[in-house]
Amino acid sequence: MTSEDQLVRDGTPSTAAKEAETFIPQPEQGRGRLARTLVTVAAPAGFFVLFVTGWYLVSYVLLTPRRRFLMPPPHEIIAEGFGKSDNLIQILTGLWQTTRVAFLGLIIAIAIGLVLATLMSQARWIENSVYPYAVVLQTVPIIALVPLIGLWFDYNFQARVIVSVIISLFPIITNTLFGLRSADSSHHDLFTLHGATRMTRLRKLMIPGSVPAMFTGFRISAGLSVIGAIVSDFFFRQGAPGIGRLLDIYRLNIQMEMLYVAIFWSSMLGVVMFWGFGLVGNLLTRKWHDASLARG
Amino acid sequence: MGKTLADTQDDAVDGASPVLQFREVTKVFPDGTHALNNITFEVRRGEFVSIVGPSGCGKSTILRIASGLLPATHGDVALADDNIGYVFQDATLLPWRTVRRNVELFGELHKVDKEELTRIAQDAIDLVGLTDFEDHHPRRLSGGMKMRVSLARSLTLNPGLFLFDEPFGALDELTRERLNEELLNLFLSEKFGAVFITHSLYEAVFLSTRVIAMSPRPGRLIQEFHIPFEYPRHPELRFEPEFAEMTGKVSAALRAGQ
Ligand SMILES: Nc1ncnc2c1ncn2[C@@H]1O[C@H](COP(=O)(O)OP(=O)(O)OP(=O)(O)O)[C@@H](O)[C@H]1O
Ligand SMILES: [Mg+2]
Repeated sequence: MTSEDQLVRDGTPSTAAKEAETFIPQPEQGRGRLARTLVTVAAPAGFFVLFVTGWYLVSYVLLTPRRRFLMPPPHEIIAEGFGKSDNLIQILTGLWQTTRVAFLGLIIAIAIGLVLATLMSQARWIENSVYPYAVVLQTVPIIALVPLIGLWFDYNFQARVIVSVIISLFPIITNTLFGLRSADSSHHDLFTLHGATRMTRLRKLMIPGSVPAMFTGFRISAGLSVIGAIVSDFFFRQGAPGIGRLLDIYRLNIQMEMLYVAIFWSSMLGVVMFWGFGLVGNLLTRKWHDASLARG
Repeated sequence: MGKTLADTQDDAVDGASPVLQFREVTKVFPDGTHALNNITFEVRRGEFVSIVGPSGCGKSTILRIASGLLPATHGDVALADDNIGYVFQDATLLPWRTVRRNVELFGELHKVDKEELTRIAQDAIDLVGLTDFEDHHPRRLSGGMKMRVSLARSLTLNPGLFLFDEPFGALDELTRERLNEELLNLFLSEKFGAVFITHSLYEAVFLSTRVIAMSPRPGRLIQEFHIPFEYPRHPELRFEPEFAEMTGKVSAALRAGQ
């Protein structure tokens, strides 16, 4: 070792030693990049082509013309759902209604879930008192609750939001609580050594450390809140129709193309919410959290 | 203790008052594990004391008791000052904070004025040779650099006593040796007292004014060695015959204690 390598020998840091210890990410080599393109673009695209081809095969080969309405070919569905403005307006109006319910439900669930998880992280007795109810909310079939909530809240917007909150609350509580508890005991020791108050510990250690787990919860719940909005709408059969109500109407009228279109839009809504929260979580933690690099 | 720490800062080791005193300290954990038996020793400002001993003999427990994280079952522990630096084997950085913000953490917890803290943190970062890495997150640093951040973080409070629990145990040999030399430089310029836990006898002898050998659990102090080499110590000291002789003695004591 040369004297260059000793940093503080006379108080002047040497840059040589620092560089030796920095990781400089190597640009990806040709083969690696090719493999990545295959995995991220080519493979999904190939799978999509296969999927559509399979669909046409079922429509035209497997099904007789009389039974073809069970699974109409994709281009007819597109023509019906996107080509006719009446249909398009009807479904987009329903979609907007459902989006409002799901989004508001999710926001309320996040607010309640974060508060409950934070309280639960502060004292065992709070956790022991609250957790059983959270589990019950999670395990009781939502279908059993929907009529009751409808009766109580007059089948309106508010009632739909409540169903959406109930169904999406649990993953937020459990994931956030898990995140709040995930700080190392040695980190807690440091805060203890320096006389940190409960509040400081929560603000500077537990909450920042819980963000990745918190967003995992948000993502799961984003999908669930859409389901809650659609299920309640489907069963209430009253008030301004959302996607759930439209699903029921299309089913009764045997508007098979529109049924598929409604399914398409409702899953798109879930996907966009799921993906949106993933993106926000990623942006918040990508600088420091390893897992956020791996998956968007 | 008649003199305060400030008075004694520049005194020779012999004249300095103890920054840490253990008197007949025994530790039995609630589950009945008898970890420490009758431990008595003291550390003065300007002294670097290493503790070596077999795994599980209670070395970390000594530091946890010294820092107040754990109570002793019997005996007395006296600290000259609550302001201590505690460095773990894992650098224990907060991964969401940059180097600068990690170094500022302790000052924040002690409500140090913002502007002053920025300055102190920068000084500490410069001192451990991490200038220009202030805005990196720990994920992008090597093990050795993380350890430097951890050191810098403790330096901000300018403690009179440092507790080190195998701080370089997870590093490769070369980085470990380099950090040993840097740590000695910090020790000489900052003049703190230090208790240093390690599994490496070479590291213990190279750094210390004294090395204490412990028995297997329940841990007792079996022998204490004064290390006669003058500071500043040069890396080449490790290749001198006297150095080998010294580590040999410590090793023999540990083996006899088994
Ligand atoms: N909280 C605890 N409860 C019960 N036993 C414990 C506790 N903490 C430590 N011990 C036991 O006390 C003994 C001493 O532990 P300690 O961590 O101090 O050992 P150590 O000398 O630091 O070991 P190592 O070299 O492996 O780090 C060990 O046998 C350990 O299992
Ligand atoms: Mg230990």
